[in-house]
Amino acid sequence: MADEVVLLDFWASMFGMRVRIALAEKGIKYEYKEQDVFNKGPQLLQTNPIHKKVPVLIHNGKPVCESLIIVQYIDEVWKDKSPLLPSDPYQRAHAKFWADFVDKKVYEVSKRVWTSTKGEEREAAKKDYFETFKILEGELGDKPYFGGETFGFVDLSLIPFYSWFYAIETFGEFNVEAECPKIIAWAKRCLHKEIVAKTLQDEKKVYEFVGQLRKLQGLLE
Amino acid sequence: MADEVVLLDFWPSMFGMRVRIALAEKGIKYEYKDEDLRNKSPLLLEMNPIHKKIPVLIHNGKPMCESLIIVQYIDEVWKDRCPLLPIDPYQRAHSRFWADFVDKKVTEVLLKMGTTKGEEKEAGKKEFFEIFMILEGELGDKPYFGGETFGFVDLSLIPYYSWFYAIETLGELNIEAECPKIVAWAKRCLQKETVAKTLPDQKKVYEYVEQMRKRFGNG
Repeated sequence: MADEVVLLDFWASMFGMRVRIALAEKGIKYEYKEQDVFNKGPQLLQTNPIHKKVPVLIHNGKPVCESLIIVQYIDEVWKDKSPLLPSDPYQRAHAKFWADFVDKKVYEVSKRVWTSTKGEEREAAKKDYFETFKILEGELGDKPYFGGETFGFVDLSLIPFYSWFYAIETFGEFNVEAECPKIIAWAKRCLHKEIVAKTLQDEKKVYEFVGQLRKLQGLLE
Repeated sequence: MADEVVLLDFWPSMFGMRVRIALAEKGIKYEYKDEDLRNKSPLLLEMNPIHKKIPVLIHNGKPMCESLIIVQYIDEVWKDRCPLLPIDPYQRAHSRFWADFVDKKVTEVLLKMGTTKGEEKEAGKKEFFEIFMILEGELGDKPYFGGETFGFVDLSLIPYYSWFYAIETLGELNIEAECPKIVAWAKRCLQKETVAKTLPDQKKVYEYVEQMRKRFGNG
């Protein structure tokens, strides 16, 4: 029986992009179902009743939620090709730690920048944003990827945020490359991978979307 | 070469308790070092420079941080006995989801209840019960979240039980009245020697919380 794989997702979601990259890395055929996150459909609410969020992977009718959990599931089920996590337990724990850091910190500091109003709030948000990325640059070091010589779990968890950089830089009025050149160099290296280049969303399109979100939240300018 | 295992921890930490239960389940000998969180040791700051938090497991000199990541590491390294996670990938994903739910929701609501007053605190209490109702729904009629045996989700949640007396007394609520299944499940877990020996006395936790509240002026 052929595998039936469905992904409930939203085009601009960094979390969804992680799953799309993982599925592409493994060469898995799947049905992509775009969700209206402002008007959630019954399938999303039924398959993720707890958090009601994208992405949701539905494999042979069974739903898996939370992007990093989904990616680990994909890596375990389709284990014969393109491993996403290292096989050594210590390296695995290290990769999970940094992906967890991205989850806990990067989304939050990014959101604070694009939802902030001018002045002190924005300056504080920008400071935290750069501190977070400086820590990531420290972890990257001189390696081509967080995973070492090859693109791995941590790279996959972080690279989708690159498609949001233009929006964050424009609304935050700053330049990421000036402060964190290593991160930009790393991101451009990742974009040489066809899978990443095809998955990441156009940054201008994301910028327009963030503009809409800001309007909805009553943030003008 | 014998394994050298060190755990940097703090006795009332639910996160630390998870790791202690996992180590006990696997029968791993380790050195326990209790940290003074107001005066963190150079070893802790060196081993966890990013978050500066306990627990930290140091295995043959290599540190691991974040309790659920540590527990999964323990399960993978000492895989010959007492599996903590299921073997089936879907069941593993399901366990990780619920442990993640506990991590995200339970800690956050406890913090809310402990640090707010008035309407905000009442909202926190309501949310606390909503979260535990969801957990009761997931538990269903199973003896453990893991099914017939104590597993990853049980391990991630049971440490909070040692805080229930403090939560009930300071929050003025009765958990057993609202969530009898959870309390029944907790008592079932406490019949396991590894859990009973790991969880600190509830009154001792209450005294610790009272001290914290006085120190931070919430009393």
